[in-house]
Amino acid sequence: MTEYLLILVSTILVNNFVLVQFLGLCPFMGVSGKLETAMGMSLATTFVLTLSSVCSYLAYTYLLAPLDLVFLKTITFILVIAVVVQFTEMVVRKTSPLLYRVLGIFLPLITTNCAVLGVALLNLNKNNNFVESVLYGFGAAAGFSLVLVLFAAMRERIAVSDVPVSFQGAAIGMVTAGLMSLAFLGFTGLVSV
Amino acid sequence: MWTGILIAVLVLLGLALAFGALLGFASERFRVEGNPLVEQIDAMLPQTQCGQCGFPGCRPYAESIAEGGAINKCPPGGESTIKALADLLDVDPQPLDAEHGVEQARRVAVIREDECIGCTKCIQACPVDAILGAAKHMHTVIESECTGCDLCVEPCPVDCIDMITIEPDIRGWTWSQPRIITTDKQEANS
Amino acid sequence: MPSTIKLWDFSGGIHPAENKQVSTRRPIQTAGIPGQLVLPLQQHIGEPAEPVVAVGDVVLKGQKIADVSHGMGVPVHAPTSGVIESIGDYPVPHPSGMTDQCIVLKPDGKDEWCERFPISDYRTLERNQVLGVIHSAGVAGMGGAGFPTDIKLKPPRDRKVDTLILNGAECEPYITADDMTMRERADKVVAGLKIMAWILRPERCVIGIEDNKPEAIAALREAIQGTQIEIAVIPTKYPSGGEKQLIQVLTGMEVPSGGIPADIGVMCQNVGTAVAVSDAVFEGSPLISRVVTVSGEAAESPGNFEVLLGTPIAYLLEQAGLQQDRVSRLVLGGPMMGYTLNTTAVPVIKTSNCIIAATASELPAPPPEQACIRCGQCAEVCPMELLPQQLFWHSKAAEFEKAEHLNLFDCIECGACSYVCPSSIPLVQYYRYAKGEIRVQRAEQLKADRARERFEARQQRLEREQQEKELRRKERAKAAAEAQALKKAEAEQSAASGEAVDERAAKSALVEQALARKKASAEASNAKAAPPSEAEQEAPDLDALEKQFSQAQSKLETMQAMLEDAKAQQADNVDKLERAVAKNHDRVKRAEEALADARKTLAAQTEPQSIK
Repeated sequence: MTEYLLILVSTILVNNFVLVQFLGLCPFMGVSGKLETAMGMSLATTFVLTLSSVCSYLAYTYLLAPLDLVFLKTITFILVIAVVVQFTEMVVRKTSPLLYRVLGIFLPLITTNCAVLGVALLNLNKNNNFVESVLYGFGAAAGFSLVLVLFAAMRERIAVSDVPVSFQGAAIGMVTAGLMSLAFLGFTGLVSV
Repeated sequence: MWTGILIAVLVLLGLALAFGALLGFASERFRVEGNPLVEQIDAMLPQTQCGQCGFPGCRPYAESIAEGGAINKCPPGGESTIKALADLLDVDPQPLDAEHGVEQARRVAVIREDECIGCTKCIQACPVDAILGAAKHMHTVIESECTGCDLCVEPCPVDCIDMITIEPDIRGWTWSQPRIITTDKQEANS
Repeated sequence: MPSTIKLWDFSGGIHPAENKQVSTRRPIQTAGIPGQLVLPLQQHIGEPAEPVVAVGDVVLKGQKIADVSHGMGVPVHAPTSGVIESIGDYPVPHPSGMTDQCIVLKPDGKDEWCERFPISDYRTLERNQVLGVIHSAGVAGMGGAGFPTDIKLKPPRDRKVDTLILNGAECEPYITADDMTMRERADKVVAGLKIMAWILRPERCVIGIEDNKPEAIAALREAIQGTQIEIAVIPTKYPSGGEKQLIQVLTGMEVPSGGIPADIGVMCQNVGTAVAVSDAVFEGSPLISRVVTVSGEAAESPGNFEVLLGTPIAYLLEQAGLQQDRVSRLVLGGPMMGYTLNTTAVPVIKTSNCIIAATASELPAPPPEQACIRCGQCAEVCPMELLPQQLFWHSKAAEFEKAEHLNLFDCIECGACSYVCPSSIPLVQYYRYAKGEIRVQRAEQLKADRARERFEARQQRLEREQQEKELRRKERAKAAAEAQALKKAEAEQSAASGEAVDERAAKSALVEQALARKKASAEASNAKAAPPSEAEQEAPDLDALEKQFSQAQSKLETMQAMLEDAKAQQADNVDKLERAVAKNHDRVKRAEEALADARKTLAAQTEPQSIK
């Protein structure tokens, strides 16, 4: 039980995928303009991350490993991720056309989100079992969502603030992200996993 | 070695086929009919049905926007509509395309009754049926329903329709946005 | 009698300097009758009144000169006797500085009253009658809102008023009109309260007064002797005179967001309104004057004045000894919620409670707005527990939806937040701007929706008309087709009986028959599965074929005869006729063959049957 809790704390806070491991910065910067969009994106990414993490684990354990095809893991994972993202895209399009329109290109770009592939690959290094894989994927997604929402909320307020001209837009966003990252580094040593 | 490669290729092929089937099934299951986004966009347009955007009405323009068309073609909607659409669709707001007209104060059509000949051409032209009248009878514009699209001015054979700007009066007055140098701030001496 | 009434507190609030001593040194003075009275037709919330007099009419004091025919509102009365000079657009007291319809009265100095109908014992009347008296007297809320009092005193059946509160708090600096009214007219205040209590029948009547008015408290305490009315002395804090704040202090209850006090069984009336109600009932006098405070360092003799409605501010300031060289700003209302006047030509109306003639040092020009430092002082003082800083950010960025979501419309525009802001940001201006924009947007949205409905209805109407036209056209076509078919049937009949009316008719009859046969044979081949019908199909075919044959033969003969004639006459159409003859020859042959075939098949068919 503590194991699972540790995995969650580690993936969400201590080794946050966006701010500590610096993966998945593309949607982090690109979709954080509005809070509603960010929430939609984080939901989509959570779905994709968890599902692809699980599918990747299953594909690896029951297909690649027994057949001694470990060298195919990268391409297989990418295939899995692409399929899951396509599936998610269809679901989003059906359930919320506005979100679909607003997310635009970033929805299929989840495929190339290095955080998603990273989670799938890093999961292997940890020798997690099935449940741990699920939690790993979900924790990564939860951490991503947390940070994305926080950042979006901040960016909304920065957008209407008095920012010097040379800093407006992406520049102040990067500075803010850097400061957030510094803050999250404070979690180091909280748990050791 | 060849068996190894064969197995690898077969595995990948198998995976691809399985996933392909899954996606195919999913695309059927989650097929989207129509486009509800159009409704949301249409709700933001001012519904003057004037055609200044180049489309025959507000709904066709909404459909064009839903498909990725420009959002800055509506003069009656003005800046506020462009901004609202930009917010909804998460695109950058652009200034109003002058090709389609300029933003003006709201106007209403008024028929000069002395000159009206009762030809019903303006009645047929009005997109919201805001003109009351019948053949050979007096025509008049229902002021509260007129959207100021000025589509009725053209068809009138005796040119008896004027577009009158609505003058602001004390009941329609609202506070303006405060500027840096304010003069109305009340402050008691402390 | 010590006040042991339980009091609550409201959050926030500020303590600006009161500046009230200046205007309470003297008793209420009468301002007198100015040379001209300008009476706006809208001095209340609701619909503007319409004049019931014409230019040149002589009116008496208290005579009704304008009434509201439809919608909410109260009538306007002549404050003194005189002649109606004009009815038109004049500047009225409004932050916009715009004009509105007014009736201008020129007093004749006689100050003659019209006939009044005082009521000695209102309790013998019906409640509606008393409300009618209050309405006809033109009484509207005199605390600043101007809501018609008779409508306010008639809440819906499901909202019983348990607590009736009289608002004598007068929390804003400079204003002392209510204070002096309570000091000098405490009897009328209590009389008015009693009338209202009789109408509403509440469980509890309370008069709320701030503790900075000891004389008023004493006077009222005298006046309430022998009644069940309570006097609640509340701590001085701005804005405790706000309706929602006073209710919270006296009852501990909060008026729900977007609601009115009647929702929680409370009603709040101003003490000046109570006096007006008392006058309306006991004296039969309509609302034609009110107590106005004139204060400020630029006024030599500040104080409270009983002013006739419609008195130009200029006249009133003269009475108070305005020093033109010292005055830098004129404020109508208090320093927190009032607005600057650009002209002194505006009149005093039912809701004008104070005018401040301020020198430059007293009310200095506001410093320019600086950047918000996010100190949060504004949120600490907000009496409605809103988030002024957030509202400011959203209003500034024109994010009106978010501002509305943060309860922008609950803001009472008291100005406490602007008062404490270290960056001198005119916060209330931003909120007023945002509220105005939202209201305009709502109105436009409503209009757009209506326009869309009408457009769609029109589309449907046009479609319907189109469909009806189509339907009519189809029916006409059908009728025409039937008529034609009838004609053709007749032609066929005549052709079948051997009467070749003319070549063409015969030809067309033949063509028709050929087509009919083709159709029939096609049907026959389709209906192969139904043997009984087949026999029926064959039989008419036979007849038709025989007819065809005989006709073809006769035609051939005719053509041959014609050919002979043409040859004899050496006519041009010989070749044509020869071709025609050849064709007819073929036709005859075919008809013959067809007939033979038909006979054969029929024989073949009947055979098996006969064998069976």
